[in-house]
Amino acid sequence: MSTAVLSGNEAIARGAYEAGVRVASAYPGTPSTEILENMVRYPEIDSSWAPNEKVALEVAIGASFGGGRAIACMKHVGVNVAADPLFTLSYTGVRGGLVLVAADDPEMHSSQNEQDSRNYAKFAKLPMLEPADSRECKEFTRLAFELSEQFDTPVMLRSCTRISHGKSLVELSERVSDLPEPKLVKDPPKLVMLPGNARVRHPLVEERTLKLSEYGNSFAVNRAEMRSAKIGVICAGVVYQYVREVLPDASVLKLGMVYPLPKTLIREFAAKVDQLFVIEELDPFIEEQVRAMGLTVTGKEIVPLCGELSPGRIRTAFAKVGLAIAPESPAFTSGQLPPRPPNMCPGCSHRGLFYTLNRLNAYVTGDIGCYTLGFMPPLNAMDTCICMGASVSNASGIVRVLPPEEQRRVVGVIGDSTFLHTGLNSLMEMAYNRAPATVVILDNRTTAMTGRQENPASGFTLSGEAAAEIDLVALCRALGVRHVRVIDPNDLDATRKALEEEMARPEPSVIITNRPCCLLKGEHRFKPGEAMEVDQEKCTGCRACLRLGCPAIEWQPAPDGKRGKAYIDPLLCNGCTVCQQLCKFNAIQ
Amino acid sequence: MSDMITNILLVGVGGQGILLASEVLAETFMLAGFDVKKSEIHGMSQRGGSVVSHVRFGRKVFSPTVPEGEGDLLFGFELLEAYRALPLLRSGAKVVVNDYRIPPPSVLLGQATYPDDLVERIRAGFADSLLVDGLHLAQQAGDARAANTVLLGAVSTRLPIDETVWQEALARMVPKKALEINRKAFALGRAL
Ligand SMILES: Cc1ncc(C[n+]2csc(CCOP(=O)(O)OP(=O)(O)O)c2C)c(N)n1
Repeated sequence: MSTAVLSGNEAIARGAYEAGVRVASAYPGTPSTEILENMVRYPEIDSSWAPNEKVALEVAIGASFGGGRAIACMKHVGVNVAADPLFTLSYTGVRGGLVLVAADDPEMHSSQNEQDSRNYAKFAKLPMLEPADSRECKEFTRLAFELSEQFDTPVMLRSCTRISHGKSLVELSERVSDLPEPKLVKDPPKLVMLPGNARVRHPLVEERTLKLSEYGNSFAVNRAEMRSAKIGVICAGVVYQYVREVLPDASVLKLGMVYPLPKTLIREFAAKVDQLFVIEELDPFIEEQVRAMGLTVTGKEIVPLCGELSPGRIRTAFAKVGLAIAPESPAFTSGQLPPRPPNMCPGCSHRGLFYTLNRLNAYVTGDIGCYTLGFMPPLNAMDTCICMGASVSNASGIVRVLPPEEQRRVVGVIGDSTFLHTGLNSLMEMAYNRAPATVVILDNRTTAMTGRQENPASGFTLSGEAAAEIDLVALCRALGVRHVRVIDPNDLDATRKALEEEMARPEPSVIITNRPCCLLKGEHRFKPGEAMEVDQEKCTGCRACLRLGCPAIEWQPAPDGKRGKAYIDPLLCNGCTVCQQLCKFNAIQ
Repeated sequence: MSDMITNILLVGVGGQGILLASEVLAETFMLAGFDVKKSEIHGMSQRGGSVVSHVRFGRKVFSPTVPEGEGDLLFGFELLEAYRALPLLRSGAKVVVNDYRIPPPSVLLGQATYPDDLVERIRAGFADSLLVDGLHLAQQAGDARAANTVLLGAVSTRLPIDETVWQEALARMVPKKALEINRKAFALGRAL
């Protein structure tokens, strides 16, 4: 047996490998993305990207129904997309074990909301395990498959940013080899969820939850660590680590299965301690259930509902009830500093388009991807952003309430990966109902935001094999959009002309940009140009190039009260030429 | 081995190679026989935003993040980000910082200025501060991209780990063809 420092995501992939998983499907999403990126290193597993989370889960369900162990991975909001199959899968149960990994993002480091996935376990009536470090990520993934087959249920494994992107020591084991070979077995009463069959299945689901709750009382992942009887804390996941850090003497009931709860174990633990606490991130999920058991407990009165917890926040919470010393104020304060928000890269193929949208005073219904950064100053060219795919349908909806002169200003922007995720359905709607909005598909040949994953339009699979490459123009036409054109977004004149014409058109239209992401390497991908330079003689300091917000262009104030000038960092510039086209004085060469 | 935990914070700008440096640290502490945990944020913030990576080692480590105000060692890749992270340190903490400035957006736009006295301010708050000309030394070692390894070499002298363990971790984590240059870069940093 060897030991390695693994991230939670690497450990989940390793756990799936050791558990004999056959099929892994996912759509990328921070903080879950690296699970599949690591899974693909095990040739025994068929690992692939799906266009969205619903499809990923359905692929896994198919593999499970064929008798193989299967895993689907996604970020928390991905579960919303996959919820439809999930709820009915709970009724059918599985053949080969099936695990759905949901990676939450408390504090929204890289997300649009901080929903608490544990609610899905209760809502869909299925068990959920929650690991507290990488070792448990591997261990619980393996256990989840056993649980899935033993109780005939899909199992959710909940991670969070600090677990998925945290690293700790893991001992590696071999892959199991004694699983039955997958084969077709017909079982329509279990797998065809028509009302007649589903009515039979539902009571089985309720029974299963009771059995699982009972099982949880002796399930080794739930463990009472008795120390001082003064404070007893129920907790799970990464919060367990914070509690151990802050209250080393407290007794702790560490839950590895956070749904359904082991009620006997909880009662026994509560009886042994003077004061009972539930410390959990986000929703009072465990707390409400413990309260409903009639126990007296302190929880969200002292712990915040929003954001992630930390040792400091837990110390502050216990200080409120006199059980810890409040954290001291920092030894050093650094005062007001210029912030450093994320920004589009130098040479990003999205920049010229957002610059033009800004100049045209467009009302931009946005979507999720690197291009969401078009919202940041000085581009300031995004007005809405809800969820993947919403840009197109939001545009379609908003034009319906506007007078014609305002309809024209509405432009939906969506990335290639996001378009194929759920934008497709939205564009179908827009074309079908002839909503007079303009949609721009920012095709940078990759899923950039989450670290450049392949997608069905990029021409490659997760394992790097060549794949059928979707023809986006033909696809939009097939959906019923009559006006589809392709532009080079680094050509500002062409971009402006295309936008002006399509925005003026009282019909649905699509513009597709064709520049690859500047982080894409390889032959047919991004080719950098030569770094640009500002001719300090010709530069008048008009600041036009600064409106691009390019990290390579810096304003250099003049020392003597005269006008400053622009400067281009040759190490950052990759020669996209967009600033050159903007300069009226030919100062950029 | 004592129960003491050592808390290290690596800070800088997305894209500077902070994650790789924190991987080498974690590997080193594992090889030295310690329990080790680390935590960082991927995704959105990597696009040129502020990045903080936490690495902790000791006999037994619980939290993967460094408790607020308990940082023992700051490993800064960029001056402004290093300065921004100082409140995360305990008083008397050690600071190793790259002498390198990356202007944030408001400075690029001329709406704010990059503070020019950061080095003095860091030194005033933390007596044990080392300023490293990472880029220049890396060029001396043979490749500007090895600046992180120069810094790592400087950081290594502030941690109770044998040089042989660092070398072993480098050999494991750095691609073979770059190892020679990285060894040189590490030695230049260690000599500071
Ligand atoms: C339902 C859902 N799944 C996944 C994500 C994570 N996510 C955010 S942006 C993005 C992909 C963006 O790719 P693309 O649309 O091609 O734009 P790019 O970043 O390349 O500009 C993903 C997968 C999400 N926010 N919501």
